[in-house]
Amino acid sequence: MEFIQTIFANELFVAVLLSIIPLIFIIVYALVVLYTEMKVAAHIQDRVAYMRTGWHGVLQPIADMLKLLQKEDIIPAHADKLLFRMAPFIAFVGTYAAYAVLPFSSIFIGSNINLGAFFLVAVGSLVVVGILMAGWASNNKWSLFGGVRSAAQMISYEIPTALAIIIAVMITGSLNLQEVTKFQDGGIGNWVIFGGPLPWNQKLMVMPFTIITFFIMFVASIAEVNRTPFDLPEAESELVQGFNTEYSGMRFAMFYLSEYANLFTVSAVVVALFLGGWSSPFGSLMSGPVWGIFWFVAKAYIFVFIQIWVRWTLPRLRVDQLMYVSWKVLTPWLFFCLLAVGLILVI
Amino acid sequence: MSAAGTYFYNIFHSLYTIFVGMKITLPHLLTRSATVQYPSVKMKIPERARNRLYVNIDDCIGCDQCAMACPVDCITIETIKSTPDVDLGLTSKNTKKRLYLPLFDIDIAKCCYCGLCVWPCPTECIVMTDVYEFSEYDRKNLIYSFGNMTPEEISGAKERLKKYDEEQTAKKAVAAAAAAKASQAAAAPTPPAASAPPKPEPPVQPAN
Repeated sequence: MEFIQTIFANELFVAVLLSIIPLIFIIVYALVVLYTEMKVAAHIQDRVAYMRTGWHGVLQPIADMLKLLQKEDIIPAHADKLLFRMAPFIAFVGTYAAYAVLPFSSIFIGSNINLGAFFLVAVGSLVVVGILMAGWASNNKWSLFGGVRSAAQMISYEIPTALAIIIAVMITGSLNLQEVTKFQDGGIGNWVIFGGPLPWNQKLMVMPFTIITFFIMFVASIAEVNRTPFDLPEAESELVQGFNTEYSGMRFAMFYLSEYANLFTVSAVVVALFLGGWSSPFGSLMSGPVWGIFWFVAKAYIFVFIQIWVRWTLPRLRVDQLMYVSWKVLTPWLFFCLLAVGLILVI
Repeated sequence: MSAAGTYFYNIFHSLYTIFVGMKITLPHLLTRSATVQYPSVKMKIPERARNRLYVNIDDCIGCDQCAMACPVDCITIETIKSTPDVDLGLTSKNTKKRLYLPLFDIDIAKCCYCGLCVWPCPTECIVMTDVYEFSEYDRKNLIYSFGNMTPEEISGAKERLKKYDEEQTAKKAVAAAAAAKASQAAAAPTPPAASAPPKPEPPVQPAN
């Protein structure tokens, strides 16, 4: 961070450079995760997925992207043209903005603001604006259903997510994700999921609640990115493709990119808050700025893999079940955990 | 169970079932896939699989039994009788061939692969092979013609048959005239030989 600023004196240039790095990361990572998703999906169903484009089909995501770039951009005749055009970009901007506060390494974070966790929750809900806009502007009943479902789902699951973030923040004492990660540095035992670097008696008492919080946070984050089993906004069997039914070409690709980028964001937030972010699980061994990037991406990638694994295992929830899970299970349990953790920390 | 009991039971039951499901899918991720890379690797098809029809036209005697057996009428056969002076050869089962086969078409697009045409064939010349890759861009290409006669051969055969028929009718007329003359010359006192013996009674169908 600082050394980039010293090399390039121009502040604007540094800002642009720092914002481009996550963008490149998103694009490369989206191709990797696209490939992983297809391969995992196929192997779980005892198939092999693509095998012809390159070694075991590794070039297929690039081919898919090129294909989407070339496709015709179709806008329905009775769609709200302006909103229809804007929606994918708003959805992507919401996702991309979240990358500003992700601490990739001890020396790299897009914007080291003090309200990092709060900012994440705030811009995370911008995605729903894009999705709702897409659903409304398509002038298609399935799209609208998808958009409205997405809004309902996001609003419901923001609350468990925010509560889980509050619990992690209570333990670490900072909203700045870089500070949160630094707090957990120094081995697997210092991670917030195991109580953080608290005195051992407090740690032992806090641990059951942090594990429950971690689990609920993970479930809620899957719901927030509209992945199976919570993929009601784009339920293929009911709503064709939901909010992106009418989209084609590059605009469709933007939604796709947004979904995969979001997948990483929520995993990264879980990792940064509960699993030590960029800190090495072996204390000072294999730690450092470059290892930091490795640990952060590797940990987040494990959660991306689990999300894919869950997607190809579990069936979709009904709308009422979805609401039940959020309001009657996750939220009350988190309130209970919040109270318990607060009491333990005060005592 | 009380309401609270049901609530907690549901939570733990759903968690438990999620882990059961994930435990099932993980081993599948690591096992070998059940599919093969089709065009480069092909699965062995059953020994008696019924696929594309093939007719060994050299063995066909033109009996039309396969066309009659076909439930979808996809086999079309036309035949021309051969004259006694022509030898069409023998089939591989030593049956004498008596018919020319100007047309033997199978519309494989209509074929339902039932195999019913195979069993009646007296010379076993129509068979189902194991070829199953024969898609075409034009439906007309799916009509397979097994008849191997050229148009000249067909017209030649037809002419010869016509000539032979005419000869036969002429011969018959001559013979009839000769017979009439002979009977007149005999001036038979008795009436001409009794007509054909009475037809046998048709077999009585059992009433069922």
